[in-house]
Amino acid sequence: MKRTLALVLALVAALGLCLTGCGGSDTLTLNVYNWGEYISDGSDGSLDTIKAFESWYEAEYGQKVKVNYSTYASNEDMYAKLKSGAVSYDVIIPSDYMIARLKDEDMLLPLNFDNIPNYQYIDSQFQGLYYDPDDQFSVPYTYGVVGIIYDANKVDAADVGGWDLLWNDKYAGSILQFNNSRDAFGTAMYKLGIDVNTTDQAQWDQALQELMNQRPMVKAYVMDEIFNALESGEAAIGAYYAGDYFTMAEAQASTVDLQFYYPEVTNYFVDAMCIPSCCANQELAEIFINYMLSEEPAVANAEYIYYATPNSLVYENETYIEDMGQEAMEILYPSLDGFAEKYNQYAYRNLPTETLDYMNTLWEGLKIN
Amino acid sequence: MKNKLTREERRIAWADHAALGPYSLWAVLFILVPLVFVAYYAFTDNNFQFTLDNIQRFFTATSQVTQADGSTQEVRTYLVIFWRSLKLAVISTLICLVMAYPLAYIMARAEEKVQKTFMTIIMIPMWMNFLIRTYAWMTILQDTGILNNFLSLLHLPGIHIIGTEAAVVIGMVYDYFPYMVLPLYSIMAKMDTKLIEAARDLGCSSAGVLRRVIWPLSLPGVINGITMVLIPSISTFYISQKLGDGKFFLIGDAIEGQYVANNLHFAAAMAFILMVVLLVCMGLMRVLTNRHVEGGV
Amino acid sequence: MKPIAKFYTALIFLFLFAPIAILLVFSFNEGNSLSVFSGFSLYWYKELFHDTNTLGALKNTLVLALCASILSTIMGTAAAVGINKLRSRFMKAAMSTVTNIPMVNPDIITGISLMLMFVFAGRLIGLGTSLNFWTMLIAHITFCLPYVILQVLPKLRQMDKSLPEAAMDLGCTPFRAFLKVELPEIFPGILTGLIMAFTLSLDDFVISYFTAGNGFETLPIRIYSMTKKTVTPKMYALATLIFFAILALLLLSNLADVDDEEKQARRERRRKKRSGA
Repeated sequence: MKRTLALVLALVAALGLCLTGCGGSDTLTLNVYNWGEYISDGSDGSLDTIKAFESWYEAEYGQKVKVNYSTYASNEDMYAKLKSGAVSYDVIIPSDYMIARLKDEDMLLPLNFDNIPNYQYIDSQFQGLYYDPDDQFSVPYTYGVVGIIYDANKVDAADVGGWDLLWNDKYAGSILQFNNSRDAFGTAMYKLGIDVNTTDQAQWDQALQELMNQRPMVKAYVMDEIFNALESGEAAIGAYYAGDYFTMAEAQASTVDLQFYYPEVTNYFVDAMCIPSCCANQELAEIFINYMLSEEPAVANAEYIYYATPNSLVYENETYIEDMGQEAMEILYPSLDGFAEKYNQYAYRNLPTETLDYMNTLWEGLKIN
Repeated sequence: MKNKLTREERRIAWADHAALGPYSLWAVLFILVPLVFVAYYAFTDNNFQFTLDNIQRFFTATSQVTQADGSTQEVRTYLVIFWRSLKLAVISTLICLVMAYPLAYIMARAEEKVQKTFMTIIMIPMWMNFLIRTYAWMTILQDTGILNNFLSLLHLPGIHIIGTEAAVVIGMVYDYFPYMVLPLYSIMAKMDTKLIEAARDLGCSSAGVLRRVIWPLSLPGVINGITMVLIPSISTFYISQKLGDGKFFLIGDAIEGQYVANNLHFAAAMAFILMVVLLVCMGLMRVLTNRHVEGGV
Repeated sequence: MKPIAKFYTALIFLFLFAPIAILLVFSFNEGNSLSVFSGFSLYWYKELFHDTNTLGALKNTLVLALCASILSTIMGTAAAVGINKLRSRFMKAAMSTVTNIPMVNPDIITGISLMLMFVFAGRLIGLGTSLNFWTMLIAHITFCLPYVILQVLPKLRQMDKSLPEAAMDLGCTPFRAFLKVELPEIFPGILTGLIMAFTLSLDDFVISYFTAGNGFETLPIRIYSMTKKTVTPKMYALATLIFFAILALLLLSNLADVDDEEKQARRERRRKKRSGA
């Protein structure tokens, strides 16, 4: 028993040492808050972006830096933490409509682009987008388009096209819908030709009716579960982000043949790096953002995430193009002509609180059926 | 001084208080005060002005529900959600009890070494991450999953479980099963075997022994087990999302949803109501069983 | 054991370990699916060891569980000793009610209530970051405490009260008497409490989710946030490794137990011999 006690005490002592020993006073810290699985993490011999930044920074500036990297599940999740005022992060990577909201609520700092020279490699189509018209607050990280993934072994070629496939009762019991109110209502609104940013409650009711009609046909409301469901042939039709289609196709069962297409009108999104107003070291955060735009980490991240990037250092990179393959390049990078225009028309915007509340109430109503 | 204590006695009394001191302070700061905050948020609006709106919303908000015959009906949203959570939690708890009771009895009657080993075996799954375990259940239960593959190997018809209430119940039973076994086992291990033997000698049937001797004696463990399973299963918000195919919205999902939507005050109001209901239920259950135990044995 | 009892136990264990078996099998999957097995490979294990963020989260989870379980065991044991000696019925009832609160409160409420308080207190003092490692630690200690107390208290009640009194009569200070006499008696309860606290803290997701803050990410939170991109077999590999680590630990402690028992028995024999002589 004495031995056990001694062991316990030794453990406490060791922990105490470890906790106090971790942060030396001459080490800078940078708190990065990102989506889960949204950065190259060193798998498959790729670059471990966070580690690489730490060593690059020390070599460049002669000072140690420790990156505290944490992840969130959704924009709203991140917003709730940030809004509580109880956390402080230096770099966040929200989606467009959330950037607009943070900006409206004075929760973002304007960037000093002198510290971000690599911004020049961002395609001009990504400048002046609605959420940041003067390009003051954000640096685009990834972008993409929502498309429909289907199992060609189960779905007739004649039925393919448009959002109607998600409402086709021939495939009742095999259809997947987003388990996220904004995206789910989005699919119904694109189908009905309603503006996804409407504040007219009648139009939201109309979209709800469409989702109600769909509900008996829906196999499951999913987020990441869609990977499992489509790969295994559990379901046959679902809407998700273009890049993820390739991840699924790679893992599909032998009886499954996943295919992909873009509906004519659909969701465009941009996820961009921002500095929240609680940032403690803005210059360091900007140096980090700039590093993320430089060729090696940017290529590694794009290959890991499998979404399109607005960074020309990446999409013009020979190895990147080769690694991704022709099909992926064609699907991920549809012609950028008129991107900004289409984007500003169809992307989600920040909705007023009343509309958001109304949407959530409708969503709860849908779910209790 | 009224009652004179010797120096020694005073020192002992002081030592006892010193032992309890940190915990008392902790309990007030981190158990009681936070509950006051839940109440405070529940009864205020975004500007921290007193309001009953949040509480009222819980009881009065309505939605349209489509019936099986296609007609629609208006229902109270949150009462429906709360009722469904309660129903699933109670079913899970009862299944846990029925499954765990014989196991705890078997364990308590086994050799001491075997008891220890069983204990460890039951705890081991809890050391794997809860989220990961739930993922594994998806792989087992889905229509093309392990269970259905196994059934088709035996030329049996497949069953559709995932996305039904049954799947959510299985997930809850699995995750909270150890919480039922532990209290049952610890009370049964202490049970005096002579009582059981005496009852048998007096001509009691096995069922009679169970009903008249074992069950009343194990009642405190049963109550503890029920509490420890019911409470977490009523408020879970992950199992329902994963195993219920996102079709089941339980009270935990609703609270989490409102927290994420940044409606902290309404989330707090729901939490407050849930807390009050549970405290009343648990209090009632304890009072009733105390009376039963005193009167029964 | 009767055959029917054996059969029943086997069924329950099958139920308990079915998902664990799935984890084990799919951690060796060549592909990145959790439901389609495409071939055997050690790929995900290799990946796991390169993934500094996941390993960091694992370290954080373990550090948190160790700190929370040790601190709650120390405080909980002291509290149990104190509660056991309380004379006033009212105080006893009050203490046991308060102790029960975290157990009859759903963890979502414990999480939200602590979060609200920390955030409020943080704003009051003007702290920029009020949610961090320490708040998570406080939250974990809070929900572990009652389990420790409930393990230790019965052992104290079973103990012969005259023992520590005798020790003090012989000139021991209360603290020394506690260490020398009471502690060995209640030690099994303390140990069970410690293990339970550790297990609960390790397994907790809900309370961590609400009280997590800056730069201290635990495994459950990391896994939960993979909802945009999905969980890979890498997490299964991690779970499998944890499983075998625990198994090894348990076997070791069992061996140590046997060792201790033998020593005890030998000592016993020697004592008998001496007293017999």
